[in-house]
Amino acid sequence: MADSANSARGDLKLTRITKSYGDFTAVDDLSLTIPEGSFFALLGPSGCGKTTTLRMIAGLEEPTVGSIHLGSTDITTTKPYQRPINTVFQNYALFPHLTIFENIAFGLRRRGLKDIDEAVNKVLNLVELPHLAQRKPTQLSGGQQQRIALARAIVNRPALLLLDEPLGALDLKLRRQMQIELKWIQKEVGLTFVHVTHDQEEAMTMADTIAVMNEGKIEQMGSPADLYDNPETAFVANFLGQSNLIKGSLVGTDGDSLVADLFGQKISLPRNRSHAVDSSIFAGIRPEKFRISLLQTPTSGNILSGGKIEDVSYIGVSTQYQVMMPWGQELMVFEQNDDGVAPFQIGDPVNISWEPVFTFALRGDEDAEAGTEVMPEDLDEE
Amino acid sequence: MSTKQKDASIPTLPVGALISRWIGRNLIRIYMFFAFTYLFIPVAYTFAFSFNDSGKSNLVWKGFTFDNWTNPCGAPQVCSALGNSIKIGLLATIFSTILGTMIAFAIGRHAFKGRSASNLLIFLPMATPEIVLGASLLSLLLVFQISPGFWPTVIAHVVFCMSFVVVTVKARIASLDPRLEQAAMDLYANEFETFRRVTLPLVAPGIAAAALLAFSLSFDDFIITNFNSGTMTTFPKFVYVSAARGIPAQANVIGSAMFFLALALVIIGQVVSRKRKVS
Amino acid sequence: MKKISTPYLLLLPGFAFLFTFFILPIMNLAQTSTQTRIENGDTGQYEQTLRFANYFDAFIENREQFTRSFVYALIATLLALLISYPLAYALAFKAGKFKNILLVLVIAPFFTSFLLRTVAWKQILGEEGFVVPSLRTIGIISESTTLTSTSFAVIMGMTYNFLPFMTLPLYASIDRIDPRTLEASGDLYANGFTTFRRVTLPLSMPGVVAGTLLTFIPAAGDYVNAQILGSPNTKMIGNVIESRYFRVVDYPTAAALSFTLMAAILILVTLYIRKAGTEELV
Repeated sequence: MADSANSARGDLKLTRITKSYGDFTAVDDLSLTIPEGSFFALLGPSGCGKTTTLRMIAGLEEPTVGSIHLGSTDITTTKPYQRPINTVFQNYALFPHLTIFENIAFGLRRRGLKDIDEAVNKVLNLVELPHLAQRKPTQLSGGQQQRIALARAIVNRPALLLLDEPLGALDLKLRRQMQIELKWIQKEVGLTFVHVTHDQEEAMTMADTIAVMNEGKIEQMGSPADLYDNPETAFVANFLGQSNLIKGSLVGTDGDSLVADLFGQKISLPRNRSHAVDSSIFAGIRPEKFRISLLQTPTSGNILSGGKIEDVSYIGVSTQYQVMMPWGQELMVFEQNDDGVAPFQIGDPVNISWEPVFTFALRGDEDAEAGTEVMPEDLDEE
Repeated sequence: MSTKQKDASIPTLPVGALISRWIGRNLIRIYMFFAFTYLFIPVAYTFAFSFNDSGKSNLVWKGFTFDNWTNPCGAPQVCSALGNSIKIGLLATIFSTILGTMIAFAIGRHAFKGRSASNLLIFLPMATPEIVLGASLLSLLLVFQISPGFWPTVIAHVVFCMSFVVVTVKARIASLDPRLEQAAMDLYANEFETFRRVTLPLVAPGIAAAALLAFSLSFDDFIITNFNSGTMTTFPKFVYVSAARGIPAQANVIGSAMFFLALALVIIGQVVSRKRKVS
Repeated sequence: MKKISTPYLLLLPGFAFLFTFFILPIMNLAQTSTQTRIENGDTGQYEQTLRFANYFDAFIENREQFTRSFVYALIATLLALLISYPLAYALAFKAGKFKNILLVLVIAPFFTSFLLRTVAWKQILGEEGFVVPSLRTIGIISESTTLTSTSFAVIMGMTYNFLPFMTLPLYASIDRIDPRTLEASGDLYANGFTTFRRVTLPLSMPGVVAGTLLTFIPAAGDYVNAQILGSPNTKMIGNVIESRYFRVVDYPTAAALSFTLMAAILILVTLYIRKAGTEELV
């Protein structure tokens, strides 16, 4: 089936894609470019439209409006079997009536290729399961099925490999192991991977670039570090890791920094980390950047005083504190237990300090709770 | 048997509780025993009397013989009736399976206008008493002055078997994961190849089950056949007609043989499907 | 991605067949039912007179058989339900690793021909069988009573022959019940009987409905059991229809009777379904 679409290569470009089902808009005017050879993650909660976007790239759904290009080829309306794109499905979708070998060979046979044995064996070695070639999928464990599903897709050397939450059904340890292996395979084989997940740790571990999606739109796109250190919206700040968002206003400048007033206390933050449009802001600081100190201990950087320890949770690696501030907000602090068990107890009056460079500022009209809640639907498979 | 001394400090249940526990556990087993006995009485009887040295009338036990089994076609008409039943069964199975499977795919896979009406139409033959099915087709034959016989019987059987095929295959289709077909298309199979290499092999067991069901319904049918067969005899019709003067033991032989054959087929089917899962 | 016409193409052959050999015959039957015999004509010759009184006449003349058919079918269905339910329950929950074998054994007796089974019952319950003499010696029945040619035998035969139609849907439905719901019921203070009444039975209702329908509908129209195991006193409506076709050649009456039977069944079934509240049957 040598089709012109089938040999397309290049960057994947989604231009103003919208997908509606009647009244419901799953993907809303989304534009996105995925560079060839990168490991790209689409991250977001259940129902944000990430899987729908993936299926449109695969050709299993058609966009209502918009176009999809692979390099210079328009693939918006081409059928899935005409695109050089392969998918690793969430439940693996291995053909139960075929052996592992035939599952992997399926795509090669449909394309009429020769030398199937060599290609299949090579990819079986890559996923380290050559001994399972003659078994049937039902005889394999979840982790093995996942790797075979991956092998079945990779063997076709597609321009784009799509992964739809492929690690969801695996237990924690296996999932961690597979995250590392997938990253290694992607580098080894040099394909473009597009990975859909709701697990932000997974996305940050594996991807070169992450697009955070919410309600059919992209909230922010960038490298994991960019998104984590410098979120542009409350959703990204809360969905990726955790954030303390403190209401305040910009009151002045100090060289490259801005000065903000938080409930009467002044802090400074880098100008390039402010996304405010006017003077009202939410100042954001990650919990691990905070330092707690007793009142008499000297500290530096930004300081918020008047805190009182409300809760202490020891988690082995770190201790989590909830500190009640004079304006009625509880701030979250993660302290590493690198010098023994933490010295603070409930009721201690403390100061909180941190390096100003770690502060980011969001628009004052953001919903500070966006991205924090775990909705019941998140607990099911999408 | 342990020779350890009973530890007096371990509390034991009172006798009453032990008895009621025994009854509770075994009541259901006792019931099953009686139920299965009840189920198998006529079968055992039929099987036993297939060895009766009865001559023409198999009403009273006369003596044990293997003759009936070695010469199953000895009684007149038995084997021709059997032959007709098998031929009709095969033809009815083939047609009803093909037509029914097509309908099952249409209803089970596509949303279209008239889908619920189609469901209703398929349900109607199952809800119609056999006597009405048989009589109505007979009345049609009378209008066109076609005499009842072999082909009208086949047609009548296809009518009532089709619905059962649709229901069986539809159930199998419903349990098919649509993502398997999406995976096939993702892996370069077009619609036809996807159907041929993924859908059809996975639905096949349902189609096989439907075919077996159709065959057994057709083979065992009496009422509809009686109306539409005229002078042609099928095996059930033969038994009915000779019931008055006594069914020849050869009929018992054939009935028992069908029983064992069907039993063997089902058991083999179970073993094969179990092997497939383990291999 | 599928052509719009595909479902219609797939339906066409099967539905064309059903239309020609099911719908048309039924319509023809309707048309026959209002005919009357031609004066001085040969047997089997009729003319269309739209005589709807045929229905009235047929029903009045045969109301005894109609009533009997429905009563027998109802009793047989109830008996089948009573016998099958514990069996299906045991298969679903208590069979353990023997489940598949036992299921096969439940269906196996019905691989023998329906007629052979019925005739076997006739002989088992007859004078030469072992049942009647034993019951007589124990003293349950007197010397003069016989079991064959009685309504007892007919109902017994019907119950036996339609048993799998009751057992299989029941089993399928009960098997789907998650045993943990029964455990939860016990955890919430319900004893065995209450658990059955409030949890098991309601959850198995789809199977009960399907089973009773699949048993009652053919049973009401059956005549073979009545013919073999019964007597002229146990004639069901099926026997009447059969004789009107083959012995007393009276097609309009036979047709009218057939439709009345079908109508009666449909009415009962609709009322039943509405009361039992299930949705899709097919």
